[in-house]
Amino acid sequence: MPDATGLELVAQRVRSAVSEDAVVDTLHAYGGATLEVKPDAVHDVLAHLRDDDDEPYEFLSTLHGCDYLPEEPRLGVHYGLLSMQRRERLAVKTRLGTDSPVLRSVVDLYPTASFQEREVYDFFGVQFEGHPDLRRILMPEDYVGYPQRRDFPMGGEPVLFTFNEHELPRWYD
Amino acid sequence: MEVTRTKVGAPDEFRSRQLKAQQMLRGDLIGPDLDEYVEKSVLLTRFEDAQNWARKNALFPLGFGLACCAIEMITVIGSPRNDLARFGAEAIRFTPRQADLIILSGRVSIKMAPVIRRIYEQMLEPKWVIAMGACSSSAGMFNNYAVVQGADKFMPVDVYVPGCPPRPEALIYGIMQLQDKIQRSPHQGWRERYRSAGTEEAPDRIVAEGGGADLADSEGVDNA
Repeated sequence: MPDATGLELVAQRVRSAVSEDAVVDTLHAYGGATLEVKPDAVHDVLAHLRDDDDEPYEFLSTLHGCDYLPEEPRLGVHYGLLSMQRRERLAVKTRLGTDSPVLRSVVDLYPTASFQEREVYDFFGVQFEGHPDLRRILMPEDYVGYPQRRDFPMGGEPVLFTFNEHELPRWYD
Repeated sequence: MEVTRTKVGAPDEFRSRQLKAQQMLRGDLIGPDLDEYVEKSVLLTRFEDAQNWARKNALFPLGFGLACCAIEMITVIGSPRNDLARFGAEAIRFTPRQADLIILSGRVSIKMAPVIRRIYEQMLEPKWVIAMGACSSSAGMFNNYAVVQGADKFMPVDVYVPGCPPRPEALIYGIMQLQDKIQRSPHQGWRERYRSAGTEEAPDRIVAEGGGADLADSEGVDNA
C-alpha cells in the first residue's frame, strides 16, 4: 500500500501527467489509499497509472458501483488497482450524478473490466462509453430499472403475519 | 439349554403347493379346487390402483439443484444413509426426458424461472413437483426484486416441504406424502387444480365411442 505520503506523491504525478484538476481528493484510511478523480479523467488516470507512472499498477483487481443515496453526486464507481510486483493496492474512485451517468470504458486498458462494467451498468445504470457489448449481465435482458440503486423499491410481496392478516382479508382466494 | 430347530414350512407342504400349481397350469385343476387355488393366490384390485401403485414406487427424480437445499437433496436421493431406494425413488436421471419428479431445491431467481419451466415441460407425463424448502415454496427470506415469490407462480407444485433447509427426514416425508397422493388421490393432480384438463401429451383415458365407453369410464385404461 502506498502510505499517506506515497499517495500524495501519486496524486502529484497524476496531476502533472493528466491534468491539474483530474484528482479531486485523496483519502488514506485503515491502511488503504484512495484517489478520487473526476469522471471524465478516469480513463486517462488509469492509463497513466498502468503505463507511464513511476510506480505502475498493471492489474485491475475489481471494478464496482455504489450508491451513496443522501449524498450528491449519488453514484460512485470504484476501481481497485493492484501491483503484483510491489504488492501494492490503490483504489481509484469517481462520483457521478444520476441524471446522465456516463463514463468512458476502460475495457481497452483492462479487458477484465468488460463483465464488471456490464454489472455496474446492470445494477446502477452507469453508461460506459466505448464498451464493446454493454448489455445487462445478471438481470434478465428485458428488465426495467436499476435494482441496486437505493431508491429502487424492494420488490417481492408483503409478508403476511398474524398481526397484519386482517389488512388483507381472504388473501388466500 | 436345549434348542429345537423346526423348518418353516414343511417340505411336503411346499411340494403339494408345487404340484397344485403344476396341475393348474396344465388345466387339470377344476371345480372347487380351482376356486380355492385362485382365492389363495390371486390378488384382486382395480387397474387404476395397480397403475398408481407402480407409479408411486418408481419415481425417477431429476438430478437438478438450485441452491443450498440442493446439497441436502443430494444427500437424500443420492446417499445410502438416507437410502431413498426404500421408497423406490433412488434412480436419479440427469435428463428431464427420463425423469418424472423434479425437486425444486433452493430459491428460484427470475432469470432461472423460464429455464425451470422449460425443463419441467420436457419431463415425462405424469410428472410431479416437490417444492423443497422455504425459498421455492414462498421465496423464504428473499423478499426482493431478483427472486420469484414461490415457484408455484409459474409451475404447478404438488408437495411443499418447509424448512431452511428441510431435514432429510422432512424431504423423505414429503416424498412419501407425494406417494400417498399418487396412490390415493391422483384426481388431485395439478390439471384439476389449475383447470387445465385437455393439455395432456398422451390422454390418460380413452374416450371410446359405443361399446368401449363403460370400460374407459370405470377403469381409466392407459392409451398406450
